[in-house]
Amino acid sequence: MTPIASIEQLDESYDLLVVGAGPAGLSAAARAAELGLSILLADENPAPGGQIYRAVTTTPVKNRAILGEDYWRGADIVARFERSKAVYAPRCTVWSIGPDETAPGAFELGLSLDGKARIIGAKQVILATGAQERPFPIPGWTLPGVMTAGAAQIALKSAGAIPSGRTVIAGCGPLLYLLAGQLAAAGCQIAAVLDTTPSANRSKALGAIPDFLRSPYLAKGLKLMLTARRKLRFVSGVTSLTATGEGKLASVQFEQNGRTGTLACDTLLLHQGVIPSVNFSNAAGCAHDFDTEQHAWVPRVDAWFGSTVPGIAIAGDGAGIGGAESAALRGEIAAFGAASRLGKLNEAERDRQATPVRAELDKKLRGRRFLDLLYKPAPQFLAPPRDETIVCRCEEVTAGQIRDAAKRLGVTGPNQMKAFLRCGMGPCQGRLCGPTVVELIAETRGTTPAETGYYRLRPPIKPVTLAELAALPQTEASVKAVIR
Amino acid sequence: MFRPIADLAASGALSFTFDGRPMTARAGDTVAAALLVNGITACRETPVSDTPRAPYCLMGVCFDCLVVIDGIGNRQGCLVPLAEGMRIETQHGRRHLTEASE
Ligand SMILES: Cc1cc2nc3c(=O)[nH]c(=O)nc-3n(C[C@H](O)[C@@H](O)[C@H](O)COP(=O)(O)OP(=O)(O)OC[C@H]3O[C@@H](n4cnc5c(N)ncnc54)[C@H](O)[C@@H]3O)c2cc1C
Ligand code: FES
Repeated sequence: MTPIASIEQLDESYDLLVVGAGPAGLSAAARAAELGLSILLADENPAPGGQIYRAVTTTPVKNRAILGEDYWRGADIVARFERSKAVYAPRCTVWSIGPDETAPGAFELGLSLDGKARIIGAKQVILATGAQERPFPIPGWTLPGVMTAGAAQIALKSAGAIPSGRTVIAGCGPLLYLLAGQLAAAGCQIAAVLDTTPSANRSKALGAIPDFLRSPYLAKGLKLMLTARRKLRFVSGVTSLTATGEGKLASVQFEQNGRTGTLACDTLLLHQGVIPSVNFSNAAGCAHDFDTEQHAWVPRVDAWFGSTVPGIAIAGDGAGIGGAESAALRGEIAAFGAASRLGKLNEAERDRQATPVRAELDKKLRGRRFLDLLYKPAPQFLAPPRDETIVCRCEEVTAGQIRDAAKRLGVTGPNQMKAFLRCGMGPCQGRLCGPTVVELIAETRGTTPAETGYYRLRPPIKPVTLAELAALPQTEASVKAVIR
Repeated sequence: MFRPIADLAASGALSFTFDGRPMTARAGDTVAAALLVNGITACRETPVSDTPRAPYCLMGVCFDCLVVIDGIGNRQGCLVPLAEGMRIETQHGRRHLTEASE
């Protein structure tokens, strides 16, 4: 692996550009390099690992028991990538993708590193941009002191830092219990875990139990749950959450079985599962479908994780949540696909090499459905019932405004809502409001999220400074890549 | 708001300022992490209502960690590694064209 420190060091073009250095991107890049492709792997973080293995080679946390063995497994994935011939650009954000006008079938991508931008060519692209936490809009979630559970995990992994005061963890899903256990092991003072898993989900998940019993999740999940429950105060069946404070968080109010409770706290960590990060694939023009079991928009992919745009594949949790181990395997399969499209691997050889990887992937995905059904968020945490709840954090648009526009003004979809209320037009480009806006419109109009649609996004998918754009070589194609 | 875990030294190796106040943090931390371990509650005020905000996701998604770094605004603190001597400032409201971004 050759690391890149400045954007000038990059070649004009590569066979394959992989976006994202999580398990999917690292495995895709390593495999594709082993198959003889020239690879650039770009990731906006300073070190490889993605979300699960964040900072695995640089973390200051030396006590291995805190983060757990699953975390340290990432070191092998990074090591394999480091042995490969791929080029690695850390701290490098990829912000646009478009067709290369001079080379049919190939792409041009906009990249920025250290405040300098360049347009780089690629014959094939694998988006391994992973997942983000599902938005969790409750009254007061914009107060300083309220963060996502993932944020606390990132602070722990990459900076060895934990919340310093009384901490409340609220929400549902396997990652919530994992984080509770990790923070407790690191010495964080956890006042309570407010569990919002709807009890009605249990019966819905029953049908998926046989697969779950044969899945790798079972033992792991039970262990997480039991350790967290043994050590911490668990409040289950929580149906409402409100964060309050003047200028910063002071307490959280909750409801359980019609009773209300208040906990004074300095930090509130929210989490209700993860959803694919679709901003890049959406802006690239890939088709997405609404997956009702994962309750999220998921890009449409074929057996090689190719999207509906020929030449762009999507691997890892970005192609539907499957977890870290399956992300790595999906990366491998996407790499076989890209190599074969580039003529480096004939189809028979591609299929032969991919067969054992697919078998392994099937095993890893077994039991996922049970988790999806059991931890599907309650409706009131997807579409906030209280009008004053902020939905679009950037433009400060509330649930009441969105419901009103859907009802009174007859706004039928998120793009029209954007034009009326500016939701989704701030710097996060809808990442934190999109799913909620869709949910509220669907609820108000009596339709489904699938019928309501999602924001139509355009590059640049991350803000780029004028200085960066001005410094780009102004070929016709590069202008088009930015202004579309 | 945040503190280093027990087996990490509390004071860091890099010096920087936040709104003119001198601070230190561990080399390897991002700007957002450095602010959190220095007890900073809010790092920006929103353009719409001037309400204080703090880093929310730490993974580049929410943009609530926007700060001014060495005179350049709209930097995502959770993605920028801290460097010796950095001048970090609260980002107040909307951005305006400055010499650095012209
Ligand atoms: C905050 C968070 C914490 C998680 N923690 C765990 C955990 O502890 N255990 C677990 O089993 N699962 C965890 N997950 C679930 C996670 O999705 C894993 O299953 C796994 O990390 C997925 O791997 P991946 O390779 O698909 O993507 P990721 O690991 O998410 O990697 C994607 C990478 O792409 C980069 N990227 C995204 N967009 C761009 C861009 N435009 N330009 C450049 N780089 C970009 C990101 O910075 C990131 O490094 C977590 C998820 C989240 C959101
Ligand atoms: S804290 Fe969310 S983008 Fe930085």
